[in-house]
Amino acid sequence: MLQDKTIGNRIFDIINYTLLILIALVCVLPFVYVLAVSFTSPAEVARGGLILWPKEWSLASYRYIFSTDTLFRSMLVSIYITVVGTFINLLFTSLMAYPLAKATLRGRQFILLAVLFTMLFGGGMIPTYFVVKAMGLTNSLWSLMIPNAISAFNLIVLKNFFQQIPDGLEDSARIDGCTDVGVLFRIVLPLSMPAMATFGLFYAVGHWNQFFSAILYINDSRLYPIQVLLRQIVILAQGSIGDTSIDNIEIQPLTIRMAVIVFATVPILLVYPFLQKHFAKGVMLGSVKG
Amino acid sequence: MKQNVSTSAGTPGIKAPRGKAGTLLRDIIRDKWLYLMLLPGVIYFIIFKYVPMYGVSMAFMDYKPYTGFLGSPWVGLKHFERFFSEPQFGMLFRNTVILAVYNLVFFFPMPIILSLMLNEVRRAKFKNFVQTLIYIPHFVSWVVVVGIFYILLTTENGVLNELLYRITGEKIAFLLEAEWFRTMIITQSIWKEIGWGTVIFLAALAGVDLQQYEAARIDGASRWRQLWHITLPAIRSTIIILFILRLGNFLDSGFEHIFLMITPTNREVGEVFDTYVYTKGMTQAQYSYSAAVGLFKSAVGLVLVLGSNWLAKKFGEEGVY
Repeated sequence: MLQDKTIGNRIFDIINYTLLILIALVCVLPFVYVLAVSFTSPAEVARGGLILWPKEWSLASYRYIFSTDTLFRSMLVSIYITVVGTFINLLFTSLMAYPLAKATLRGRQFILLAVLFTMLFGGGMIPTYFVVKAMGLTNSLWSLMIPNAISAFNLIVLKNFFQQIPDGLEDSARIDGCTDVGVLFRIVLPLSMPAMATFGLFYAVGHWNQFFSAILYINDSRLYPIQVLLRQIVILAQGSIGDTSIDNIEIQPLTIRMAVIVFATVPILLVYPFLQKHFAKGVMLGSVKG
Repeated sequence: MKQNVSTSAGTPGIKAPRGKAGTLLRDIIRDKWLYLMLLPGVIYFIIFKYVPMYGVSMAFMDYKPYTGFLGSPWVGLKHFERFFSEPQFGMLFRNTVILAVYNLVFFFPMPIILSLMLNEVRRAKFKNFVQTLIYIPHFVSWVVVVGIFYILLTTENGVLNELLYRITGEKIAFLLEAEWFRTMIITQSIWKEIGWGTVIFLAALAGVDLQQYEAARIDGASRWRQLWHITLPAIRSTIIILFILRLGNFLDSGFEHIFLMITPTNREVGEVFDTYVYTKGMTQAQYSYSAAVGLFKSAVGLVLVLGSNWLAKKFGEEGVY
């Protein structure tokens, strides 16, 4: 559809496009800057100024942050909780969503209301902490995966999604002797792969980005996920991760922080194309209505 | 579920028990696998959602970890009385409300304006390109967002502060000074969420029939009139719903975000209910007192959510719950 080519419209378009480009740049340039500086030689960084493309490349800051295994270990912790945690999320959420999608299930309304209520009211940080502690989960990585195994919101959206799957397919499997469990894993889940991918990505990003649960539940610094380490290094500027005995006095502390940020963000940016493809669908997948 | 032994129950030919109770039993037996699948989730919600709700009764006790939940004495409203008479109560209330109002005034309209701007773009490729870029900050953690702001704004070689120094000859400690705290919080929220916030409005706008615009143009409507009479009405109910949701979460100030931004120098303006619960409960071990503060906040939050939902229905909108 074409707009009329009046001068007013032209001016409007030019201003609109320019502003949009500016906003997009403001959203992206900080990442580009951090990425570029982390690869720039200490000498060029020391001269200052805005660096969006390194003239003198250098891996000095990366050599420094990987000179001890602190960063490497917390990356492994984060990868572990992201992979295992997301698997637990998807398994628990779909196992619970499927029965709730069956209108004839007795007690369904009651359970749905009970789930909905947890979105409105909760015990809060302190009582939850004591429950996690009483379960013996504190100071183990399970404390980062089990206490948030099911998101009530995702559960209800997935339940609505399952309801849209035609009953005929499930019935034919049942006639062939499938139990309800078999129907879920052989018929319903394979049909719901796009939805599962969407929820998986959302859960995974949540796991990768979480830091407060770790601060609350984990004391052992060897079990810290990457975000906790990132906070110590970048925001609190405490705790060194590199081997201070190597001669890198010339590396700017800011550059080291940027290298750590890059490492904490790259996995997100790697899955971003998939996120981008699925998320809008995910947001619109269903409404909150039960 | 004792009758589970008979696996063929529910299939035709088996005599069903008569009466209402009989149908209930038959239905439960028929759905035994479904109930089995429900079990892990139900246990999860009971242990990690409902037990803490019961555990909130520690707000009415003097809970000591070594005497345990059952051995701690009941003290009634002692902790609530203390909280309401503390000078911090006023400070927390003020900080929370000011941040929430700033959020509604400065943050809330931003995604709406941006989606209206995007809606005016007719080149699909350009629109997609911009969308791809502005969604990125949503997916990084608050630690990264606050970390990037630290790097850009620090007075020691932060690139934006260097720029400021070249222009005005002085540097500003944006991240330490209390007077900049709220501006920083809102700016970071806008940066992280402005793009993502457009998703829901753009989806609503995608449903608008393009013929409406065509008809309006034939009638001589200018672009502004089209915006006013077609585009805005299309997202009106979305705006109202989101506004009401936001009112319902009025007291939620974005805990992780504020937790990361608080320093000893800005605590006076930065401390909100959630961070106070953490400070008192986890770092000073005043468990019952902080549980009481948390309960106060949750209770007010519940009233706000239900109240705003009622308000939505009053306005002829569908409501959320």
